[in-house]
Amino acid sequence: MSGGANVAGVDDPGGRASAIGLDRVWMIYHTREAETAALAQMSLEVAPQEFVAVVGPSGCGKSTVLSLVAGLIKPTSGSVEVCGETVTGPSGHVGYMLQQDCLYEWRTILGNALLGLEVQRAVTRESVAIVRRMLNAYGLGEFENHYPCHLSGGMRQRAALVRTLATRPDVLLLDEPLSALDYQTRLEVSEDLYRIMRAEGLTVLMVTHDISEAIAMSDRVLVMSRRPGRIKSSHKINLTCERQTPIGRREAPEFRAYFNAIWKELTADGHAVGSAPAIART
Amino acid sequence: MVVSVARALILAAFVVLWEVAARRGWINAFVVSQPSRAFATAAAMARRGELWLHLGMTVGETAIGFTVGTLIGIVAAVLLWWSDLLSDILDPYIVVLNSIPKVALGPIFIVWLGTTVTAIIAMAIAISVVVTIMMVYVGFRQVDPDRVKLLRTFGATRLQILSKVVLPASVPVMIAALKVNVGLSMVGTIVGEFLVSKAGLGFLIVYGGQVFNMSLVMSSVILLSIVSVLLYYGVSALERAVMRTRG
Repeated sequence: MSGGANVAGVDDPGGRASAIGLDRVWMIYHTREAETAALAQMSLEVAPQEFVAVVGPSGCGKSTVLSLVAGLIKPTSGSVEVCGETVTGPSGHVGYMLQQDCLYEWRTILGNALLGLEVQRAVTRESVAIVRRMLNAYGLGEFENHYPCHLSGGMRQRAALVRTLATRPDVLLLDEPLSALDYQTRLEVSEDLYRIMRAEGLTVLMVTHDISEAIAMSDRVLVMSRRPGRIKSSHKINLTCERQTPIGRREAPEFRAYFNAIWKELTADGHAVGSAPAIART
Repeated sequence: MVVSVARALILAAFVVLWEVAARRGWINAFVVSQPSRAFATAAAMARRGELWLHLGMTVGETAIGFTVGTLIGIVAAVLLWWSDLLSDILDPYIVVLNSIPKVALGPIFIVWLGTTVTAIIAMAIAISVVVTIMMVYVGFRQVDPDRVKLLRTFGATRLQILSKVVLPASVPVMIAALKVNVGLSMVGTIVGEFLVSKAGLGFLIVYGGQVFNMSLVMSSVILLSIVSVLLYYGVSALERAVMRTRG
């Protein structure tokens, strides 16, 4: 098993300030009947410009991690840091892409792309020009005055990406951003996403239940345990292939070994991840 | 095509049968009137200019009723959405207000507001406002949580969440409420006119009934149905115009 499975924290980027840091975070949800621990003593670090994928069984608290980093919720205990600052609420450092593109159907594509800037009262002639240039660069230029219903799934997801990048975040959180797309579109959009994120030099934390997608796109894959979630293992991904793109990386000889190692980690937990065996053949 | 022809034929057959039955004495024209007399009555009123007064009165009261009722309902729904505590506290009151027949409040409005147009409009508002609150509030709560979450990730305030996603996403619900309210406010207006008025189609119907002028009653009822259909189509046209801008 090249790359190998290390316990979390072992391959921390020593010395450099991390872009995302969770330190011994507990997250406990209270309801009238009971309290549920979503995260137990969870720690993780993501280095600047690193692309980290988190996989885990459904309901293990993957999305909770993203909500914490985005400042939407506060940890019960422990600390969450982004770009060296303790997270107290949503900040301009973070861009968050959800499962659904969530484009507002009453706004044009340009209107949707400007949403974050509007909320942050940062719409200026310059910022609008930058957003329009981004729409052009991502092949949406001629659609900027169209409404979302006229766009294909892949284009909608790119528009959602422009909306996220428009606020110039340092850190990008992806919550299964491709799961709503059909398989072919999914591969295409993952190529786009990968290229754009590398070009913009973004730090990415992606949550997914698709092991192949995690390996194909990221520098490091973290495996989460069942609820209450914590990091079980960390797999640094080193793939030898000519084209460093999600599709090219799937052809690397090490791909299957990583897949099997991570798959074993997940199932050792007693819970299989739905569609994974079928994807193992790729 | 077949459908429209059949529809027109049914109406024509009904009018002709009514007229013929009245002329032949199959039915008592004094009690059920007849189309020609109803038309003549309406035409005479139109010539004297009274018709426009009565029509304008009813249409005006209804329009003010459903517009104001819808607006108050939306504002109340916003307050309930804003404060979970408030909506928790007020929930049973809204249920009660929704279940009582609002026309029963008519005499109260008359005592409070006098036998005036204001009392009629109050009736039209009362009958539409509670339904609006319930419809719009439910609409607000059904806005996709992910869309709200998206806005929150940008650091949106509650006011921004309201103005940028909750309200625009609920425009279809608000228009649906407006459509329901057109009919309801008309009920409120007519009942109000029955009780207090000196003008309006409701007044003509009650007055005609009291003096046994069935032609006046029938022509007013027919005018009323035409007016209500036109108002409904007006709101439908508004709906189409709004929906077109939403792509």
